Amino acid sequence: MPAPLFYFFSLLMLIFGALVVICRNPVASALSLVVSFVGLAALFISLDAYFIGTIQILVYAGAVMVLFLFIIMLLDIRAEAGRKPNMLAVVGGIALAVIFLVQLGSVLSKNEMGNKTVADVPINYQTAAQVQKLDTIKADLQNSTLPDAKLVGQTLFNRYPFQIQLIGCLLLVGTVGVVLLSKREVN
Amino acid sequence: MGSFLDSINLAFLIASAVKIVFFAFMVILPMVAYSVYLERRISAIIQDRVGPNRTGIPLTLLGFKKDSHIFGIGGLVQPLADGLKFLLKEDFTPAHVNKFYYWLAPAIVMVPALLTAAVIPFGSELDLSWLTKIGVDGAWLHKPIKLVIADLNVGPLFTFAIASLGVYGIVLAGWSSNSKYSFLGGVRSSSQMISYEIALGLSIVPVLMIFGDLNLSKITEYQDANGWLLFPAWGKGAPWENGWHFGRWALLVPVFISFIIFTVSMFAETNRAPFDLPECETELVAGYHTEYSSMKFALFFMGEYAAMIIGSGLAVTLFLGGWSIPFAPWLGLDYKAGATPAWLGLAHIACFLAKVVCFIVFFIWVRWTLPRFRYDLLMKLGWLVFFELALANVILTAALLMYFKI
Repeated sequence: MPAPLFYFFSLLMLIFGALVVICRNPVASALSLVVSFVGLAALFISLDAYFIGTIQILVYAGAVMVLFLFIIMLLDIRAEAGRKPNMLAVVGGIALAVIFLVQLGSVLSKNEMGNKTVADVPINYQTAAQVQKLDTIKADLQNSTLPDAKLVGQTLFNRYPFQIQLIGCLLLVGTVGVVLLSKREVN
Repeated sequence: MGSFLDSINLAFLIASAVKIVFFAFMVILPMVAYSVYLERRISAIIQDRVGPNRTGIPLTLLGFKKDSHIFGIGGLVQPLADGLKFLLKEDFTPAHVNKFYYWLAPAIVMVPALLTAAVIPFGSELDLSWLTKIGVDGAWLHKPIKLVIADLNVGPLFTFAIASLGVYGIVLAGWSSNSKYSFLGGVRSSSQMISYEIALGLSIVPVLMIFGDLNLSKITEYQDANGWLLFPAWGKGAPWENGWHFGRWALLVPVFISFIIFTVSMFAETNRAPFDLPECETELVAGYHTEYSSMKFALFFMGEYAAMIIGSGLAVTLFLGGWSIPFAPWLGLDYKAGATPAWLGLAHIACFLAKVVCFIVFFIWVRWTLPRFRYDLLMKLGWLVFFELALANVILTAALLMYFKI
């Protein structure tokens, strides 16, 4: 991705991320978060991670935030709108952000990787294709395209099968809990 | 800045811009206008009425009868008159609305509907090298142009992701209008769309398992060579060309279930009858767009039809072979990468559009045939029938794929 687009989407993300906190209207905050997510998805896509970028929009912007907005509208939350900001929390938050920025800067200033661009380290498709065992991914790599969705799936299911099962169990427990909590007593 | 300008591939940019203008503005938007006309004519036929059959050029004859026309046979300029009416009507903003979101909402409905068109392959490829014969020359002419705006490796996922953003427009319209009918319509619509998104997403998992690919152009190329997913009658799909191997025909069972779930969910996603609860006139006046008038209302209307066209395009691409011509390898009309003549490229575009139009007629036909669902039945159908059926279908497909070793 050309650098101007990177700066555009980063700025978009940061500005709307800040607006989530600054806006007093909960609906405006929620929508700012959606725009921020879309900017983040664009950054993922700029790194050739189309799958993660699309899932970012599909799950967070398209499903989670819709439910948030839904709840805000149904409950008609207005308490936040008139309240004055808590000065202690604002100062503390800014101080934490500054400390984090200083730390990030000190790490990044020593790191030499920032001088390299993607063009300096091209992906060696043919070598990757030779060690690849699955036929569909192999064919894609031989055509010099990055099958990112397939690679994500392969990595998840070959390298982390136990963790996947564990997450599945956790989600099941959550689902059962929700059903139990929202179920009305009949008698 | 200089290096940035060098990094831009100008031919690619121009080709993309031309494709966007052609597909989104010269194909989809006129199709939106004419599917409204088609809807009115077909509903008239179904209900034994006449329908709009008189609008022609000149638009008015100052009260004289317009039984015969020179142009505009059978009211073909009706969409033009409708558009003019929308532009000239008063754009009234009620005093009690939340103005910013009220203005934003129609755009949020319309834009995602058109954006999803980016990944749909509307033709195979167009060979432009004949242009050299009439004096135009350039390196870009000798490489055929792929007829898809963005050839992404995550095609259907991209469509679902962007389409799911359209919910915001409807939620915001319902909320910002500050009216009970609008709000109830918006709440109904968004819960319906969220529920059916799950069934929609799960219903295409078997399809993706069979193709082993997420790229819509590759999916269509495969169907062109090996038989459509719902009609495997040539190539690897046909048993007689494939050593009497009936694997692909056995897969028709899960594919057909997928197709039904996908189509019905698409009806619910686009808020079309029999699932048009959000704008159910008898209960909610006009649902989430009750307070909208003029062009803002038209944007909601056009957004619905654009979503319907893109949904039909996706269904055609996944299940009915996209731009592929039936029995193409037998007729010699199949796609050959890099060597498809220009006339065949155009024929592929025409074939895609013809299939989409058939699907739209099916959409319209259903609307004027079936009565509206009750809301709780609609939610029950989505969560208790389609969700489970789609999940079971994934397992069935996996079992069949393993058994037949496809």
